[in-house]
Amino acid sequence: MNVEEKLIPIYYLGQRYDVPAGLTIMTALEWLGYVYTHGCGCRGGACGACSTMYRVGGDYKLHAGLACQTMVVPGMTLVQIPYYPRPVTKYSIDEKITDPSQVLLRLFPAIQKCVGCGACARACPQNLRPIDYVAAALRGQWQAAADLSFDCLMCGLCAARCTGELVPHSIAMFVRRYYAKLVRIKPQYLVDRSNEIKSGKFVPGVKQLATTSLEELRRLYDARSFENVDGNKH
Amino acid sequence: MAVSGYPPIMQESLRMLEQTRAFRATQIMPRMTLAEREELLREWHPDYREESNREVKIGPNKGQRLANRLVDLLETRGIVDPAKVNLDRVDYDVDILVAGAGGAGVTASLIAHENGAKVLLATKLRIGDANTIMAEGGIAAATRPEDSPEKHFLDTYGGGRFSNKVDVISALVNDAPLIVEWLRDLGCMFDVQPNGDLMMTFAGGHQIRRTHSCKDLSGMEFMRVLRDEFVNQQIDLIEFSPVVELLLDDQGRCAGALLLNLDTNELLVVKAKAVILATGGMGRLHPSNFPTTNHYGATADGLVVAYRAGANLLHMDSVQFHPTGTFWPPQSLGLLITETMRAWGAHMVNKNGDRFIHELETRDTEAASLIREVQGRGNGIPTPDNTYGIWLDTPMINILTGIPDKVATHFAGIVHRFNLYGIDVNAEPILIYPTQHYQNGGVEIDPDGCTAIEGLYAAGEVSGGVQGRNRLGSNSMTDIFVFGQRSARHAVDYIKKAATGAPSLRHVDAYNKQLEEMNLRSDISSPLLFPDYMRKEVRARSVGR
Repeated sequence: MNVEEKLIPIYYLGQRYDVPAGLTIMTALEWLGYVYTHGCGCRGGACGACSTMYRVGGDYKLHAGLACQTMVVPGMTLVQIPYYPRPVTKYSIDEKITDPSQVLLRLFPAIQKCVGCGACARACPQNLRPIDYVAAALRGQWQAAADLSFDCLMCGLCAARCTGELVPHSIAMFVRRYYAKLVRIKPQYLVDRSNEIKSGKFVPGVKQLATTSLEELRRLYDARSFENVDGNKH
Repeated sequence: MAVSGYPPIMQESLRMLEQTRAFRATQIMPRMTLAEREELLREWHPDYREESNREVKIGPNKGQRLANRLVDLLETRGIVDPAKVNLDRVDYDVDILVAGAGGAGVTASLIAHENGAKVLLATKLRIGDANTIMAEGGIAAATRPEDSPEKHFLDTYGGGRFSNKVDVISALVNDAPLIVEWLRDLGCMFDVQPNGDLMMTFAGGHQIRRTHSCKDLSGMEFMRVLRDEFVNQQIDLIEFSPVVELLLDDQGRCAGALLLNLDTNELLVVKAKAVILATGGMGRLHPSNFPTTNHYGATADGLVVAYRAGANLLHMDSVQFHPTGTFWPPQSLGLLITETMRAWGAHMVNKNGDRFIHELETRDTEAASLIREVQGRGNGIPTPDNTYGIWLDTPMINILTGIPDKVATHFAGIVHRFNLYGIDVNAEPILIYPTQHYQNGGVEIDPDGCTAIEGLYAAGEVSGGVQGRNRLGSNSMTDIFVFGQRSARHAVDYIKKAATGAPSLRHVDAYNKQLEEMNLRSDISSPLLFPDYMRKEVRARSVGR
């Protein structure tokens, strides 16, 4: 990629720099010579390590995004938030909940301070709406809350912007774990297979394969029959 | 079709691709035989290129061919001068030190803690910042009644070119279903069918559907759940502090490690009766000059410190290239497109609109066939940068499944990433080319994660023997949890009777002396800790770099 065609100004840690247009914030800072030790993770928008806040020019609006996924724009003033502190909430996911709002209030007291401003939804780099999944959780709609929050990368930008000081991504974490473990039914065949393994049922068969000659294994490998790929129509 | 998100030069072949869709929808591609696969690999897989590997001149694997970029880090001094370290001042005195906080490390910490050990988890970045979090497809396990650990064994062993350690794979396939149950009971939200059964997809080289997915964010789901449980258990954690050297006692047993605080540059002395290395792979060394799907921190740190301490490596002449790495736009070069897209019906298509291989062969085979299609047959799709890729026909997923929004719902993460660049993968294909994905080998382990050094364990990508010379898709998630658990269980027993002596760095002195005697000199020191992406224009003008 010919990146040096056009340089645009950005402002980072109080300094003006000119960087090639078309780069992400992360690659632009590296282009300048910054070596990341914090605030850099998967570099592919999948891990939430490079949360960034920025303004552009004289615009009043404070934007949020991931440095690896956000393109530099002329006049951008930015700061990275490599780490968002969150309160440690100790809980168990082993007890059936009968009164969702009461439990959530006990574990996450700030939840009552949500004023419905929607700042969380505007900050989310995954286009999630924490305001909606928190509301669903309070109503005990576990599946809805779990599904609505599933794409969360735990970057914490929602918590950084929340006027009520909620930590929506932590609330969602608890909700999903509780839903997946106790609300959903555990498939019986998984329990059966687990018991078979614990009884050592497959040990002799695997051991026999492990001691079979390479020649015979190669024959067995080529002779495998494959489950039909086209049956993917669930 | 709506406005294409691709440059005009790439759009010509899009018409060919659309024209062949009806034919391809019912086309049956044959599977390759072992003999055909082996011939293809020899001719086109980067493992067989002369320049990919070279003989290492020092250490336990002396005389063997290992990945070139790794040898650079083995034939050099450590970043710590042993003479300047005061080991009498101990910062942390624990039972078990776990190094690396990806899936394997956090699992090992949880299991060791649960079994009563005093655990310290140290990691270079934040807890969870690791390759695990980027795993899209899912975890392989023979949980279905019609599947079995025996079938899983045969697929894994053949996929690994029959080079895996059979006792280690036996452990992998046996424990795999227990791991799925463990993750489920920790609250991992697996994809389920309407009747509550787990939804399964294919991964290349598996004869049956055995990949348990959590949309296209499987690793993220596993990692955030484990991290949450780790926080709940209040286990000790030090972040931004990588292991830079192991410590051994006078009997050669592992006795702890040195950590480097990345912010203060202070060395921290950790005394431990056992160390579990879970530091991941070497993708960010960019072996054979390929781009990588890997996390920023994947710089082979664990391999380097274990090697200097005397642990041997296995299968480090073999690197996994994932066939479907992003090739356009350039900003996303090398990023992973999960194999499950092919499992759900995405075809790999050349510039003429033709398929050229069954899409669910093993990854080494797929990667080699892509390189052959572009370099050997000239059938690649040209980009404005004068490079050539292959189309991954993602809209085919919606067509073949009959679900108009299958891509949008099941692959939301990928859709989102391409939307940023104006490409709608619901309607247009993705340009792909192989990208470095996985370090097949590593520090040799046995079925309990034990290495050649007493008291030193390895789990996950840093270890070698599990995957042989080629890993099957979805087996890495199985690997990290199975051997994270197994190493922790063994270590908990080991520390009860271990007579670990005072920690020392004498092995580093000895290694340095050998380097000197052999006249091996280098400008770099290791572990590397971070990849080097500085432009040479900047480096030339900067001080101390």
